[in-house]
Amino acid sequence: MRLERRAAMATLLADRGDDLLLVPGLGSTAWDAAAVGDNDRNFYLWGAMGGAAMIGLGLALAQPKKRVAVITGDGEMLMGIGSLATIGIQKPANFAIVVFDNGVYGETGMQPSHTQNGVDLLTIARACGITNCLDVRDEAALRDLAARLKRLRETLFARVLIEAAEPPRVLPERDGVALKRRFRASLGL
Amino acid sequence: MIVQTADWPDKLFATLKRANIRQVGYVPDAGHSRLIERCCADAEIRDVVLTTEEEGVAMAAGAWLGGERAALLMQSSGLGNCVNMLSLMRACRFPLLMLITMRGEWEEFNPWQVPMGSIVEPVLGLCEADAYRARTPGDVENATERAVQRAFGDERIAAVILSQELIGKKVWTK
Repeated sequence: MRLERRAAMATLLADRGDDLLLVPGLGSTAWDAAAVGDNDRNFYLWGAMGGAAMIGLGLALAQPKKRVAVITGDGEMLMGIGSLATIGIQKPANFAIVVFDNGVYGETGMQPSHTQNGVDLLTIARACGITNCLDVRDEAALRDLAARLKRLRETLFARVLIEAAEPPRVLPERDGVALKRRFRASLGL
Repeated sequence: MIVQTADWPDKLFATLKRANIRQVGYVPDAGHSRLIERCCADAEIRDVVLTTEEEGVAMAAGAWLGGERAALLMQSSGLGNCVNMLSLMRACRFPLLMLITMRGEWEEFNPWQVPMGSIVEPVLGLCEADAYRARTPGDVENATERAVQRAFGDERIAAVILSQELIGKKVWTK
């Protein structure tokens, strides 16, 4: 079974708590996060493809008392696939990577991604030393993931199987300097 | 194996410490071997070994979002791996301190190092990054201090370029 992306994002971000810092990867996951509701502690990516997980790592290391979640797509994760090896060595306790895997590049016309042809992101994450891995294929597993995001104790990697659909875009702020400044201000920086 | 005996890596390390650098990303590099050792041995610095240099660009952005300063160590070929990710730093004005050891410009045995080494400074310029070149051991501390100020004071990309002559000739046969 594949989950509907907007509902899945809403479940993951329900009652998110002030201590959650969110990095939505460019493309659909950024629109999904914006659709749930804007938040100063969302750092939406409009570019930097392949960089979401490493932005999350730098942030998690800098803010060990906050929870940091990267929620990104399979194509974005694939472009930075080596970062899973890097993160597998660091594994900060307060860090989660959630991949909405719909098997397609939604922003460019729904062309198939590698995950549709046998590439398994969950196996890759495990092979990189991230042992706390979740395979999310239904509502119950999604709720379990949402609960785990609220009490992170070790680096978590979750693949959420998402249906290939294109809900209407909800566009967040796209001025990178403004996004950076409000995010840092929300942390008192 | 290369054992560095020059003291400029220690001065560079001391400058990073004074600048309160807390995260250091690197791909293993002979020219940076001493500096990497010092960073790994320091309890206040998180040393992060990368699979490719562009990971370190993104990490530095995340570090700054969270209030920490990062540095990214690389050799000249690594700059080529960073180019698109530098757009993140430019679009958001994230500070980025890069320390680049040069290949392909002096006593280079390997001609495959020349194409990227020869375009480091123009590429930095195209990416709106300021370059501070150290040609002699005495230049390193001053160049690094200026780059630190530019990066974190102005939220810009700044690169210290460590000349190949400073690093020495790589021994290919024993």
